[in-house]
Amino acid sequence: MNSWSDFIAMGGYGLYVWGSLGMVLVCVVAELIGLQLRNNSLKNKKR
Amino acid sequence: MKLNWFKYAAPQSFFVLSGKLIKPLMLIAAALFVLGFYVGYIKAPTDFQQGDAYRIIYLHVPAAWMSMVMYVAMAGWAGLGWAFNTRLSSMMASAIAPTGAMFTFLALWTGALWGKPTWGTWWVWDARLTSELILLFLYIGFMALHAAIDEPRRADKAAALLALVGVVNVPVIYFSVQWWNTLHQGSSISMTSAPTMVKIMLIGMLIMTFAFWAYAFAAVFMRVRCIILEREKNTEWVKTYWEQQ
Repeated sequence: MNSWSDFIAMGGYGLYVWGSLGMVLVCVVAELIGLQLRNNSLKNKKR
Repeated sequence: MKLNWFKYAAPQSFFVLSGKLIKPLMLIAAALFVLGFYVGYIKAPTDFQQGDAYRIIYLHVPAAWMSMVMYVAMAGWAGLGWAFNTRLSSMMASAIAPTGAMFTFLALWTGALWGKPTWGTWWVWDARLTSELILLFLYIGFMALHAAIDEPRRADKAAALLALVGVVNVPVIYFSVQWWNTLHQGSSISMTSAPTMVKIMLIGMLIMTFAFWAYAFAAVFMRVRCIILEREKNTEWVKTYWEQQ
């Protein structure tokens, strides 16, 4: 791979390669936020 | 020194232990993910047949492995909780389910994005894909059934039955590529023979797998701590815990 734009293009498969990585990150971030909210709501109920 | 394993079967002790492990596990997961990304997306060469589309393997295979391993773990804990009436076991099963379902969804999603450029279709009703979809429904069924029953211990038992029956699906997923003629390719790695992959690709995939493992432990521990606080809320130690916060 020679350049940044080549890297992003992934030989024409950019949509598929980054689409799968993006969904993994979205799911992980969403899960962590959800867990944090659940923890916070427990805390608020108790105080 | 005598180590008492049963100590950690008590929700209170496990709450403290798991609380200490979350941060290191998250750091390990993040570090391995960055390293796996470097090896898989930057270092590893382009595949001569599939081009760069093959790089989806670094997420697809670890996610699919996690989806199966976590299902077995969930069913195991649920079964233990049912057989021995240990509260923490059932809480572990409930804590594993959402993360397991997430990995199942990710296995299907990344599979669809890999199938489109290489097979020409997002989805096909072959044995591997269909049994993995059934796995997702089993996770969702476990969570829905548990949520539908008000009394937690009864919910644990009903959900455990569903989880244990569903275990038969796991070997079906694993061996589906051998038992049936599937569009999905066979395993690149097996216990009995040398991997049919270039070494650096294999290393990248294994690093990502360890990253997913570490993340899964951290997420499950975070969730089980919430579940413990919810379900043990009337105990003295939880009341004391909240007072100290």
